Amino acid sequence: MQLLALRAQFPALEQTLDGYPLCYLDTAATSQKPQSVLDAMADFYRYDNANVHRAAHQLSARSTAKYEAVRDKVQAFVNAQRREEIIFTHGTTEAINQVAWGLNQKLDSNSVILVDTAAHHANIVPWQQLAQRTGAKVIAIPLADDGRIDQQAYQALVAQSPSIVAINHVSNVLGTVNPVQAMVAQAKAAGALTLVDGAQAVAHKRVDMQEIDCDFYVFSGHKMYGPTGVGILYGRYQQLDTLTPLLTGGEMIEQVSFDGTSFNTLPNRLEAGTPAIAEVIGLGAAIDYIANLPQAATQKREAELVNYLQTQLQQLGGITLYAAHNDNCGAVAFNLNGEHHQDVGILLDQQGVAIRCGHHCAMPLMHSLQISGCCRASIGVYTSHEDIDRFIEALSSVKAMLID
Amino acid sequence: MSATQPDSAAFLALNLDSEAVLKRFVQADGWQTRYREIMLLGKQLPKLDESLKVASAQVKGCESTVWLYHRQIDQQHYFVADSDARIVKGLIALLLIACHGKTAEQIQAFDLNQFFETLGLAGQLSPSRTNGLLAVAQTIQSVAI
Ligand SMILES: Cc1ncc(COP(=O)(O)O)c(C=O)c1O
Repeated sequence: MQLLALRAQFPALEQTLDGYPLCYLDTAATSQKPQSVLDAMADFYRYDNANVHRAAHQLSARSTAKYEAVRDKVQAFVNAQRREEIIFTHGTTEAINQVAWGLNQKLDSNSVILVDTAAHHANIVPWQQLAQRTGAKVIAIPLADDGRIDQQAYQALVAQSPSIVAINHVSNVLGTVNPVQAMVAQAKAAGALTLVDGAQAVAHKRVDMQEIDCDFYVFSGHKMYGPTGVGILYGRYQQLDTLTPLLTGGEMIEQVSFDGTSFNTLPNRLEAGTPAIAEVIGLGAAIDYIANLPQAATQKREAELVNYLQTQLQQLGGITLYAAHNDNCGAVAFNLNGEHHQDVGILLDQQGVAIRCGHHCAMPLMHSLQISGCCRASIGVYTSHEDIDRFIEALSSVKAMLID
Repeated sequence: MSATQPDSAAFLALNLDSEAVLKRFVQADGWQTRYREIMLLGKQLPKLDESLKVASAQVKGCESTVWLYHRQIDQQHYFVADSDARIVKGLIALLLIACHGKTAEQIQAFDLNQFFETLGLAGQLSPSRTNGLLAVAQTIQSVAI
């Protein structure tokens, strides 16, 4: 009953596709948005729209206040020490690119960058580009047979004194959770900067920057019930303050003349141009939404749902699950034995079931699992047991169709 | 396209009874029937020899792997195609019903959208689909000149 009321706050969930009610199990790609987020954005355009930080007029003062209030909200959300440690970006991808670009001066041909094999391409390619610019070397942190990071191999790699360690918090494909606190501590002891990709964590877990103690933590608004077009780069103040800005131009300067330009202080120096104001406001509403959920109960229910997904898939038979541990978060990866993941996805879609099939922007992970791709079902606060039952029923009919 | 090619016999072997197939599609009600037909049709495309499943014959832009070979014999254009996914293979068979053994003029004049709409499969062509059907169709139209 409670869940029905919660689901009613997500208007996109109430639709049918070719007569089938939508069964949305693709939250890891992007979550649906609650009415409060939609309203916050619409209200901003309707009542408060003005550019931020620029004008002397009242409307701009109001929009600036609302925009900056979200920075405070994010600071509290991730328990950052200072509000200046929160940078608004377009998303996780831009945040990682900013960090990788910003470290150009700090690396040379002796530097080593360690990257999670299960990382999203957004947390691989920018490091490869940085390596190309500086002559540094990117080394993949291998996975053990259970699909988790091989901690022994990691320790051996850390002993090589890497400059940067970039890892997932939660894998977008497998849902596996990295022991980020321990891994960051080891990297730090070896003198490395650390970046944790929290894109798949923040909607499901409480994250605390003081606990994780990483130098950079990044995530996207759209995977945590907020809008697309906005993301967060958290960075320890001293580290952020020495990053070379990826974007330069308006808002990020202090003085500009043709003899030279000086940059503004944090956070502005890393936020060039007019930001995605309405999206930032929407992100603020998403954080309020998450903060108002009963935290312990929600996490427990989500963990149960992931386990239910795993066991129901197992019981269906003829399924290979990848790295399905009972402490996984948000997502379950699988294949129907002998069948192409794409066929499974297309036939599920015919029944209104939305999952993602493919390489999930994690080709090195696919390679490590020795598969060309897989299916992923992922859950959010609004996911019900009925969703999973419907999915399993639909998958069972797909199985019958493909294997007859 | 790659240096090694299927032999002429392979290009000429494909013989789909297009009228019967199209009729079954138009009459199909419900997605199950339609997709069963697609997959059955895919099974009628001969399997490509493993030695010909090479990167140079792959059509880019497909989530599944699609290999496509083309040969012109007199004025007609012939194709050999395979995929590691069943539905895509069936969709390609449908494309070949429209294009295989046809002249360049016929292939260029072929209205892909209308064809798939008649079959009740218009959605399969949208750019958001990763099945790559559109990429295969574009490749066919770009080589048959
Ligand atoms: C783990 C992870 N990292 C990075 C990204 C990239 O996020 P975005 O596309 O929002 O920049 C995603 C989302 O696809 C992800 O799941």
